[in-house]
Amino acid sequence: MESILEYIGNNMEMIYFLVLAILLGVEVISNVPAILHTPLMSGANAIHGVVVVGAIIVMLQASPDNYLALSVGFLAVVVGMLNVIGGFVVTDRMLEMFKKKPKKS
Amino acid sequence: MISLNILEITYLIASITFILGLKMLSHPDTARKGNLIAAAGMLIAIVATLTLYQEFDSGKGLNYGLIFLGLAVGTGIGTVMAKKVQMTSMPQMVSFFNGMGGACAALIAIIEFQHHQHATVSGFDGELLVMLLGLLIGSVSFSGSMIAYGKLEGKIKDKVLPMNQAINMFLLAVIIVLIGIQMFNGSDPLFFYGLLAIALIYGILFVMPIGGADMPVVISLLNSFTGMAAAFGGFLYGNKAMLTGGILVGSAGTILTILMCNAMNRSLTNVLLGAFGAGSAGA
Repeated sequence: MESILEYIGNNMEMIYFLVLAILLGVEVISNVPAILHTPLMSGANAIHGVVVVGAIIVMLQASPDNYLALSVGFLAVVVGMLNVIGGFVVTDRMLEMFKKKPKKS
Repeated sequence: MISLNILEITYLIASITFILGLKMLSHPDTARKGNLIAAAGMLIAIVATLTLYQEFDSGKGLNYGLIFLGLAVGTGIGTVMAKKVQMTSMPQMVSFFNGMGGACAALIAIIEFQHHQHATVSGFDGELLVMLLGLLIGSVSFSGSMIAYGKLEGKIKDKVLPMNQAINMFLLAVIIVLIGIQMFNGSDPLFFYGLLAIALIYGILFVMPIGGADMPVVISLLNSFTGMAAAFGGFLYGNKAMLTGGILVGSAGTILTILMCNAMNRSLTNVLLGAFGAGSAGA
């Protein structure tokens, strides 16, 4: 029990950060119109692609002769980058479609 | 030391662009610009990590080579897939990319576990807990998203196991017990990979009984899962860009999921459990 409290104490800054970011996330999108639900989901999908930064850090920390870490890390970088690029491009294409609609009608 | 400070500042900038991007994405007029702003922030974070995280070390030439190759491959495949996809197939594409993000978070947890095994920690091992949660949520999100993708593509038929919901509850209990064992008795690779396997199966069984019409809601929920997995990764490294990006998506995604349910005049539990009843009646 003591060690749990100690861990929380040591990471207090990050925990504050976490709580504030959760509340911010709720606030930021609270007034979204229904028509934007899917693009917003897609945009959020692209943003969590930031996990690729973690994959890059893993690769930079791995020692060059640790082939297991290097190959798993390589895979992580590829799929993370797929998430980022695919997410932003798909969102952009969706929103492009939204823009054209009012012109036609 | 200076380069590390610059790196932290670029992470701050990236976090701000994520918040602004999300805010702008929720208004029709600014949505497209918001997406681009978030993309620019992501680019800054990636480039800064590559150049500033550690001073270039010629002994790690192989690592850099593999990173650049990985980034190039991911960019190439991602661009082609996203450009070629039909407008009507957008939701499954989002699901696919979401699954990739989940896989990335799970893979990071696996490598970190390899490093962590050699360390001896007395008392509460917070790092291990964060790792396990990242692995768990990342792999559930990966397998779940792949099933959602397959279903929307029409490759996977709706299939409900007998007592599917009971099996899910049982798996969830097993997952909690496994995490508990590892937290109190130290981590054994057997339990770690067992957790990975059960999490993957859970993801499949979680999405399997849900009908196609409710899939966007499920994708949105899995999207927020991946966000949380990314945030656990950020917690592990003390990386604030990952933490903000992940948590923002985690909480915004959860709210968005609820909003989407409300738009269909249903509750989240209704979508997750109600479809099960309809499916079993059909089967």
